[in-house]
Amino acid sequence: MLLSPYPTTGERIRSTLLWLWCGMVILFLLVPILIPVPLSFNSGAFFIFPLEGISTRWYEVVLGTQRWQAAIGNSLVVAFGTTLIATILGTLTAIALSDEKFPGRRIVMPLLLSPLIVPVVITAVGSYLFYARVGLASTYAGIILAHTALASPFVVVTVGASLSGFDRNLMRAAAISGARPITSFFRVMLPLILPGVLSGAAFAFVTSFDEVVVVQFLASANQRTMPLEMFIGLREKLSPAITAAATLMMALSIVLLVVANVLARRGKQRQRID
Amino acid sequence: RLRSLTLAAPLLVLLALSFGIPIVLLLSRAVYDPTIADALPQTSQALRGWNGTGLPDDAAFLALAADLRSNQAKGTAYELAKSLNARLPGARSQVLKTVRQLEAADRPPLEVMKAVPFWSAPGTWPVIESGTHSVTSFYLLSALDLRWNADGGIERVPPEQAIFVQVFMRTFLVAAAVTLATLVLGFPLAYLIASVPKGLAAILIVAVLLPFWTSILVRTAAWTVLLQKFGLVNDLLLWLGVADDRLDLMYSRIGLIIAMTHIQLPFTLLPIYSVMRTIQPSQMKAAYSLGAKPFTAFRRVYLPQVFPGVMAGCLLTFILCLGYYITPALIGGASDQLISNFIASYVNVELNWEMAAALSFILLVFTLALFGIFARILGLDRLKLV
Repeated sequence: MLLSPYPTTGERIRSTLLWLWCGMVILFLLVPILIPVPLSFNSGAFFIFPLEGISTRWYEVVLGTQRWQAAIGNSLVVAFGTTLIATILGTLTAIALSDEKFPGRRIVMPLLLSPLIVPVVITAVGSYLFYARVGLASTYAGIILAHTALASPFVVVTVGASLSGFDRNLMRAAAISGARPITSFFRVMLPLILPGVLSGAAFAFVTSFDEVVVVQFLASANQRTMPLEMFIGLREKLSPAITAAATLMMALSIVLLVVANVLARRGKQRQRID
Repeated sequence: RLRSLTLAAPLLVLLALSFGIPIVLLLSRAVYDPTIADALPQTSQALRGWNGTGLPDDAAFLALAADLRSNQAKGTAYELAKSLNARLPGARSQVLKTVRQLEAADRPPLEVMKAVPFWSAPGTWPVIESGTHSVTSFYLLSALDLRWNADGGIERVPPEQAIFVQVFMRTFLVAAAVTLATLVLGFPLAYLIASVPKGLAAILIVAVLLPFWTSILVRTAAWTVLLQKFGLVNDLLLWLGVADDRLDLMYSRIGLIIAMTHIQLPFTLLPIYSVMRTIQPSQMKAAYSLGAKPFTAFRRVYLPQVFPGVMAGCLLTFILCLGYYITPALIGGASDQLISNFIASYVNVELNWEMAAALSFILLVFTLALFGIFARILGLDRLKLV
């Protein structure tokens, strides 16, 4: 409610000023992330408006040269590996934690969330130190493990949210009807919490696909991921290919996160109707 | 109960291995450094009886000479020199020089040692002695620009050697500036979104979520494009007449703060919005009908209720700012690097793991302390953003 029932002139002015201020804030939020999009279609090699012409040459660079192709491939390998492990283990953990009798829930939850709290450079440097000793540095397995630590909290939280509306009596009913626990999980529980699981998986994928600091410390030269290639490119020299890569990455994370959020919301609604 | 533990066990074990052990190992490097003690066993023995003042006896010099030669034979002399150098700048070249002269063996070892002034300088032996203890507070103190003095007390290092307090202060200042900026920009927008009808609110919230869902790296990349000398920000400033000439915004403090504010704005705004959404408009109506002026009603009825949301948003942004790495690395100049960048450069450039570990230790203590405050007064549930 912006205005009181009988707005005075002063109030109307304040409300107009509020709208103006917020309009500027929204421009500040949106313009920077939209700017790379037109620039990535620029046919010239500079970042200056007006554009010289429309072309897809920078997308050809990103999607067509060996260096970027390898980076995209590495990113996909790492992100799919991370998503698989984080989703399976995170879902199991969320199921365990949804049980009220779980011992030490108040201690386990902050521990699970701690990878999100610890500054990522510390995680990266620590992993580099430890993984080098056990032979995991410069391996896909090492990067996937480190990313799983960063991504699994999202799965635990989203699946946990969809489980909070899950009626445990359904599992008891299945057990009484003679279903083994594994059967009742796949036939009763999983279909109901699937939106939450998929939403967690999408969060995990984006977390890994966007991550650059851990990769910077753990990856060897031929394991560079797309964000790392971007980071290196930004440090060396600014090429419009970066804006094309940025646009692609932005599109991917926005699409996945929209899906993740719609799924998470639908998951909650479905249970409310049930 | 046992079954739920077995379900959670795989992830907990994996997190312990992939995250817990690495962090503990790193932090232990801040207080445990056996390089010097391992390299100088005879010297450690000889220094047992030394009272720590003046020069030790000739036996210690001879023991050090013997240790240096055995390190040269084992090929660890350079590592020792590097480790001593971390504690005593300039020691590297002196150690390597002495090793070469001992190797030549044209004079007795004691004479060689006494001929290098470095080994008879007042500051050298206390550092060697402290290095022979594997557990050390040296790096943690250094990370706060402190050191032990000769009397066993703690003192500040001389100003020309002090670096880190300044970097920590800079990190806090940038974090505070960004937090304030996000609050000033975000609070009115949160208020507007919470006040307008649902359909419009949904559109406005998308404007907040789109940048929120874009990765920090991509947004930092976008700002490097915008902040260029011939970039859009400079175009705008010229057009508005704010600046007479194009400013150097890249590699500047102000550019860094602008970009970080953009990245953090949703983190501050969303907790505030989620509290504002729960406040019933009828409360404000009641205040008006009781005769409160709009400002009074806002201050006495509305603000106290949104305060937890404001605290949550600001604390979250402040804490996250303390760990920024990507954005200062790409947009900040040499004097705008934050503590995370120093940690990275101690690992990548200086190869000084102990110093990196000590800085990580201090940064982690600050971060966890602030999160502890967050969890204590606001509860962990407020961390859920969307």
